[in-house]
Amino acid sequence: MTAPLPASLQLCVRRRRIPGPSGATVELSLRVPSDVACIEEVVDLLMRHCCTDGWLCRKLRFNLRVALAEALANAIVAGNLEDRSKSVLVQAQVCGDHLRVEVTDEGTGFDPARISAPILPEELDRDCGRGLFLIRSLVDDVRFNDRGNSICMTLRRP
Amino acid sequence: MAFTATKDASGVYVVRVEGQLIVGNRQELKTAVSEALDHGERRFVIDFSRTGYIDSSGLGALVSISKKVREQDGELRLSGLNEDLRSLFELTKLDTLFAISDTAERAVAGFAG
Repeated sequence: MTAPLPASLQLCVRRRRIPGPSGATVELSLRVPSDVACIEEVVDLLMRHCCTDGWLCRKLRFNLRVALAEALANAIVAGNLEDRSKSVLVQAQVCGDHLRVEVTDEGTGFDPARISAPILPEELDRDCGRGLFLIRSLVDDVRFNDRGNSICMTLRRP
Repeated sequence: MAFTATKDASGVYVVRVEGQLIVGNRQELKTAVSEALDHGERRFVIDFSRTGYIDSSGLGALVSISKKVREQDGELRLSGLNEDLRSLFELTKLDTLFAISDTAERAVAGFAG
């Protein structure tokens, strides 16, 4: 019995200008196979399409990269359990001064309120649990759907 | 990620991480340090001067390595973190868990004796 071949990345980018002061909008949709080896490429793609023309300063670009990589890793590893038959849907939108990225897996979801970050001195020896903490620390707003299998991150340009 | 491991003249085992330390490759580093421990090494420096990114899994791997080294009465020091990576250590308070030096040479010099 052979292992299923990993699905390829499926990218759809739409650029349109909407009326009003918010200016150009980029909408991007990406279906990602449940393979952690894809994470770097996906982050690069998102950064290339969503952060053109110096849209963000270097520090915020780093913050965004970290948040994207952590959300993807959570979705692939904890959500889809690295099941190659499942994929992760990434939807991003740049509108005016903010960027919103939604990452959705096919897992059963989790309760984000039950995830605590190991930042107290007596917990620093824990070797997991920092991903969601980093996301919450590095972007302006984080929301989950009711099922807990979709995270929506918003980063605002200062 | 690629890494090179060398033993310093003073007997310190220095591992240099190149590229990224992330969910997809953290196990390689854990295995390398674990094998060195099995071979009797006890003083370690992991140098990140050629590392662009460490994700939360990579941070977790370092915590795990640190625990294992301490359990064997060894000592681990980190070095060469760039400004971005250092900010991740500060954010997660891991800068209080690890001894961190600017360079591998300073980290090696930090070992007593």
